[in-house]
Amino acid sequence: MTPQALIAGVHEFPERKTTKSVLEIQALSARAALEDAGLSKKDVDGYFTVAANPGIGPLPIVDYLNLTPRYIDGTTIGGSSFVAHVNHAAAAIAQGRCRVALITYGSTSRSSGIAVGTRERIAGDYLDQFEALYGTSTVGLYAMVARRHMHEYGTTSEQLAEIAVATRQHASLNPLALYRDPISVADVLKSPMISAPLHLLDCCVITDGGGALVVVHPDLARDLRKPPVRLLGSAEAIAHTSAGRRDFLVSAAAESGPRAFAEAGLSPRDVQMAMIYDSFTITVLVTLEDLGFCKKGQGGAFVSGGRITLGGELPINTDGGGLSSNHPGMRGIFLVIEAVKQLRGECGERQVRDCRVALVHGTGGALGNRHSGATLILGRS
Amino acid sequence: MEPARPYAKPLPEITAESKPFWDACARHQLLVQKCRACGTVQYYPRGVCAACWSADVDWVPSSGRGRVYTFTVTHRTQARGFRDDLPYVLAWIELDEGVQAMSNIVGVDPAKISIGMPVRVTFDDVQEGLSIPKFTAA
Repeated sequence: MTPQALIAGVHEFPERKTTKSVLEIQALSARAALEDAGLSKKDVDGYFTVAANPGIGPLPIVDYLNLTPRYIDGTTIGGSSFVAHVNHAAAAIAQGRCRVALITYGSTSRSSGIAVGTRERIAGDYLDQFEALYGTSTVGLYAMVARRHMHEYGTTSEQLAEIAVATRQHASLNPLALYRDPISVADVLKSPMISAPLHLLDCCVITDGGGALVVVHPDLARDLRKPPVRLLGSAEAIAHTSAGRRDFLVSAAAESGPRAFAEAGLSPRDVQMAMIYDSFTITVLVTLEDLGFCKKGQGGAFVSGGRITLGGELPINTDGGGLSSNHPGMRGIFLVIEAVKQLRGECGERQVRDCRVALVHGTGGALGNRHSGATLILGRS
Repeated sequence: MEPARPYAKPLPEITAESKPFWDACARHQLLVQKCRACGTVQYYPRGVCAACWSADVDWVPSSGRGRVYTFTVTHRTQARGFRDDLPYVLAWIELDEGVQAMSNIVGVDPAKISIGMPVRVTFDDVQEGLSIPKFTAA
């Protein structure tokens, strides 16, 4: 089938703690991703980034880079934003609004001392008076979903820990990962309780970081330096409190996943590896269920026994994920970068064998009140 | 007499839209909303019905009773004013009216809380004229 768009270039900013600025991280990443694609600054005519950049969304970074895009998107829906940007870039390309879309991210959460998970979650909006005054934190909101999942389906802390253990095993194969020493299920359970039932090692790390993606029109395939990755399907959704009637065990992935698979004409059986947003272990478990890799409620059994580890049936988060490699606050861009590298066969020791189709799913916001989900199905050339 | 410790946690920023809710809390009454157009009951309160977007929504008293839908015992937090209360309980309560409300469960040993446990509203009088609805064992 004809892909909607191609992912032509990617770059992950390698540092986990940096003295560089948010804008500098993005400039260096943009240059490297364009080099990776075999394109240059003058080719860029579409720009995508989040409103969490300093200033007014894309304005300062486009100024800093001295670009003149004819299509601009500042969609900000939490950590999944950059996954959604790929979907939006593909739509803009299909409409002829741009041909070379640049997506960038930069963050200095670690060097700025931002406690991403445990800081008070005050949005400054109307909803704060019904939520934030009760001491909400990001980890607390996810922990409530974990508790409910345990209640309904008998999921255990040991099963959640399996996700952290598998992810750390992958991180041990990634020289850039923040934490590379192997851990056991017992280590996770022994780590300090942050917001029950989530322990410290159920939570993502806090780092600096950033990266860039170059998404292009399929016509440009022959002008690229490397075999491009094909975007086969993409979709997004928002799940929220639903006026007070929410099944918090069903995430936005239950909507975006099936739509992305339908667009690609594929099913979970066709996927060789998946990049699943891992803000917390519970995020992965619920997302795998909702994407259809297993039935609702069976996520605990699914993630056990090495199934999600390299060599298993569905290796996930082969870069070491947010749990062990990097999480500057919005991790979506790294999901796409690693999936693209896997499809190109560039992952060395952590390469998934014969990787033809990869799935990316970003979750932004919090499972325990409102969040976005964005799914991509990617295929190798 | 010991001076009352000032309430260090976040306070609601009350607007015209939410004032009836907070005025009722000050009288120790919990309100939900019911749409006059389509009959849907909703929480959190807002200026329109979330089901049909009618602006004709009525304030109705909640029984103040419900069950724990889910909860977390928080052991570490940067949330303002809450570090003095560790471990504290953040929860979603399913009210008898069929809608969920986020709140704290107070006055109960966190180890004794379980999903499905019956709870009732209790008001924390944090300032003159300002009471925050929380829940405790029914």
